[in-house]
Amino acid sequence: MSSTSKRMRALVATGAIGTTMALVLAGCGARAGDDTAGAGSSAAASCVDTSGDTVKLGFLNSLTGGMAISEKTVSNVLHMATDEINADGGILGKKIEYVQEDGATDWPTFAEKTEKLLTQDCVAAIFGGWTSSSRKAVKPVVEKFNGLFFYPVQYEGLESSPNIYYTGATTNQQIIPAMDFLAAKGVKTLFLAGSDYVFPRTANAIIKLYAANLGIKIVGEEYVPLDKDDWTSQVAKIAAAKPDFIFNTINGSSNVGFIKAYYDAGLTPAKTPIISVSIAEEEAPAMGHEVTGHYASWNYFQSLKTDTNPEFIKNWKAYPNSSGVTSDPMEAAYISLYLYKALVEAAGSFDVNAVNAAAKSKTITFDAPEGKVTLDGENHHISKPGHIGRINADNQFDIVWASDKFIEPDPYLEGYDWFPADIRKQLTDAAG
Amino acid sequence: MAPLLNGSAQGALLLLAALGLSLTFGQMGVINMAHGEFLMIGAFAAYLVQQVITASNLSIPVALPVAFVVAGLFGLVLEVTIIRWMYRRPLDTLLVTVGVGLILQQAALQIFPSQGVPVEKPRWLDGQLTILGYNWPLRQVFTILLATVCVAALSAWLKYTSFGRRIRATVHNRDLAETTGISTRSIDRLTFFVGSGLAGVAGVAASLIGGTNSQMGAQYIIPAFLVVAAGGIGQLKGTVIAAWAVGVALSFFAYWTTGSLAQVLAFILVIVFLQLRPQGLFTVRTRSLA
Amino acid sequence: MTKPRTTGLKPWISLSGIGVFAVLLLAVAPLVLTDHWLNNLGKYCCWAIAAVGIGLAWGRGGMLVMGQGVFFALGAYSMAMHLTLETAGDRIPGFMVLYDPLAPLPMFWEPFRSAGFTLLAIVLLPVVVAGALGYALFKRRVKGAYFAILTQALAVALAVLISSTIRETGGDTGLSDFKYFFGFVLNDPANRQMVYLIAAALLIVCLLAVWQFYRSRFGELLVATRDAEERVRFLGYDPANIKLVAFIVSALMASIGGALFVPIVGIITPAEIGAAASIFMIAGVALGGRASLFGPALGAMAVGWGQSSLGSTWPDGWTYVLGLLFIVVILFLPNGLSSLPARLAAARRKPDVPPTPAIAAAELEEARS
Repeated sequence: MSSTSKRMRALVATGAIGTTMALVLAGCGARAGDDTAGAGSSAAASCVDTSGDTVKLGFLNSLTGGMAISEKTVSNVLHMATDEINADGGILGKKIEYVQEDGATDWPTFAEKTEKLLTQDCVAAIFGGWTSSSRKAVKPVVEKFNGLFFYPVQYEGLESSPNIYYTGATTNQQIIPAMDFLAAKGVKTLFLAGSDYVFPRTANAIIKLYAANLGIKIVGEEYVPLDKDDWTSQVAKIAAAKPDFIFNTINGSSNVGFIKAYYDAGLTPAKTPIISVSIAEEEAPAMGHEVTGHYASWNYFQSLKTDTNPEFIKNWKAYPNSSGVTSDPMEAAYISLYLYKALVEAAGSFDVNAVNAAAKSKTITFDAPEGKVTLDGENHHISKPGHIGRINADNQFDIVWASDKFIEPDPYLEGYDWFPADIRKQLTDAAG
Repeated sequence: MAPLLNGSAQGALLLLAALGLSLTFGQMGVINMAHGEFLMIGAFAAYLVQQVITASNLSIPVALPVAFVVAGLFGLVLEVTIIRWMYRRPLDTLLVTVGVGLILQQAALQIFPSQGVPVEKPRWLDGQLTILGYNWPLRQVFTILLATVCVAALSAWLKYTSFGRRIRATVHNRDLAETTGISTRSIDRLTFFVGSGLAGVAGVAASLIGGTNSQMGAQYIIPAFLVVAAGGIGQLKGTVIAAWAVGVALSFFAYWTTGSLAQVLAFILVIVFLQLRPQGLFTVRTRSLA
Repeated sequence: MTKPRTTGLKPWISLSGIGVFAVLLLAVAPLVLTDHWLNNLGKYCCWAIAAVGIGLAWGRGGMLVMGQGVFFALGAYSMAMHLTLETAGDRIPGFMVLYDPLAPLPMFWEPFRSAGFTLLAIVLLPVVVAGALGYALFKRRVKGAYFAILTQALAVALAVLISSTIRETGGDTGLSDFKYFFGFVLNDPANRQMVYLIAAALLIVCLLAVWQFYRSRFGELLVATRDAEERVRFLGYDPANIKLVAFIVSALMASIGGALFVPIVGIITPAEIGAAASIFMIAGVALGGRASLFGPALGAMAVGWGQSSLGSTWPDGWTYVLGLLFIVVILFLPNGLSSLPARLAAARRKPDVPPTPAIAAAELEEARS
């Protein structure tokens, strides 16, 4: 035994020495407080090569795992937009060559693939993501390597980054119009139902602040994990609370469970309608129950009458692997690629700093299917029309409310005095 | 009242998911992690039946036996191709079937629309039963009835038919059963067919509650195993009681706290119970040392 | 009953193997790999560290630990909380402000301001938790499938708990955006290389530790417990204690792997510790060879590499490959790829007798119990 423990000790000592050696040998990098601390990001020089007749772009969507149910469509529409742009001569005369990566519904994978796209594939910009979690995983990486990320889904706001462009709605373009609509309808009591993650939690925090301002009473708030479908117990609470309206921030397949439990409990759109922010044309027919009479707040609906919408719908229906219906997130993804094209052509360069400078100095617009959107060069969001639709028997949306003009993006809700200034300051401070 | 009734229905669904496991895990010692995917197959079978028989009043009753047979056949194929080689390594069946589950999930994602398919509830399940002022959804009553029928049928089958007797004989003493002329191979196949088929039936019930998509099986597998373990291996009545208790506990926790926290608390409850009573609620007395 | 040799190689061969491995990881890899791939290799090293522990508990001890995510989480979240606080400085971390701007820092975060406490927690937390859990389970003779499912259920429960405590733990989004690592700027490539080297060095240390373990009297006892627990009991040893030690060591390794995962990958979420992640950690061990010295580490690295490369060029196919890997390896090569040479040699000698897997007897006994 004694020889064993002696050997053991020798071994541990060797290990410890080895580790320390490794530390000492390598510990020559920058330390906190060094002057070079900030130089970390610029050290990673861009390897983007646009000297040929193509430009490389990265598409990062979950093609496997739980979110594949939503993100595959985004990936498809990005491919369609690529084909359209290439057929039209490309960006600055260069054809798009895309690298499709799978985020696998795993946030660290989103971070890893972002780094791969930026440093190994040397793409000029990345398009994709769906959940706020995936965006928050990508954010530090694109900031570190000074890349560009275009995010196409409505989200909870309170964020901005020089390296991210948001083509989906921020809260004042989706949540706040929905609340205004409810107030106009004379709604007095509201129940909040959401999935348990960052978007519903933050959105509901904002809803509660605004509801207090509008005089709407929140009579309950329930969360269920994203990967759980059973809403039976929570719906029983809703039925007992008898709210005028339900505000639904549930995402993914959990929505199906919610809708089924809702009808099982005998609730009806006549008495207790639902307003959703993540049920669109694709999801409505997949509920396993007709959902006529419920509402959704989006910027784009397939039923919108604009100049560009009919052609968008026609092209999408003809596109291979298409789902046959158009929806807000896919339209926002479609915008993102065209917005990038407009930005690059305004800048005359694919360089990230040049693109960001052009965003600030020039007016970038795009004739989107939802109407002519304008980029806000300061906060990297776009102006959007607010719409509320009511689901009809064909699982399409009848527009029942529209904002009188395009709503300017305001991610930090600076134009809304019910949003406490000290919270805003804390948030912007924390964001650095 | 509401949490008790809701919980009973949740327990019934859990029971349906666990029933097949209690057969394959409890009686055969096979740890089938693809059981959740067999449940998914049952749900997709219900969808496909609904494409043929469009009247949902009729399609769900038809879907139940169809889902049983389809999921059962998948189980049979799994038994014949893979599981049969693994009876001497039960712990390894767990890992093999994890692989099978992964493949079935990915296949479902590619075959069916990725956002899932709709399965409609029959019209006769619209409406509620009013009990002590609480409007109890008929769909929940249906789940409980379905679970009751399945348990009754299964225990009668095990108890009174010659198949059932042969299964029990094989479980108790495989070698002796073989010497009395029982073909243990065909008994294995049959047991696995029935166990997997029950997952298919559970899938139809699950398709009336949540979404029908490639990910749906994953949420049932671990709770179902916990229920079987807590009930005691090979004990049908233990599984029934454990499933009901977990369902009711889940529902009460959800009533008092949030949906997410209820999941955690229910898990912890079962884990603590198994620490105190690792053999489960009921046990078969054996002369084994361990 | 003939017991197959568990250590196929002579000690000095294994030791020089570790030496070669060390040279490859510590000297060659940093020279030939790009920053991106070196960082990925660091991530595989973290999984490999956890895998070495799984090899010890499962391969040698017969305990199928399906919830190593729990211990991975203890290390990872300890580290992540410290790095988050280091980045936030005096302020409350940004994500907390988002959900409740006015509430203070949760109590259990406070001690993680201290680097010393964090390092201590990474080592002690898994020891305490695995010790308490293992004591309760092994003394009550919980084993086999029960043990596997219980540990898996724990991993699921912890993942849901973290997801549902969004303000306290970051929830489903996890913790990310770390700027500093114990005073070093994480964006600096030189520092990232240093973190990689720490992970690689610790992997070597873990390999050395189990090499020593397997050669010791304890290693013999552990294998004996795996193959015939009752006989060990009759010899006067308490199998529960033997298993407990192996379980604690494997938990410690998972925690260390988790702690290093955080600065290397830059984010930790409940998905990295839940059921799927815990099973993913086992995949590599099964592939490489659960009971061998190098098998678990090399297998974990191979599976990690497969996920990065194949998962990127052929995402749909990768899931099929991973699924098939489980089936084919467990079905035909229960002792993993590392047993392939021995099996080929055996097949050449005695073509008609298939070698019996070492684990069969013990598990059969468990299944019957």
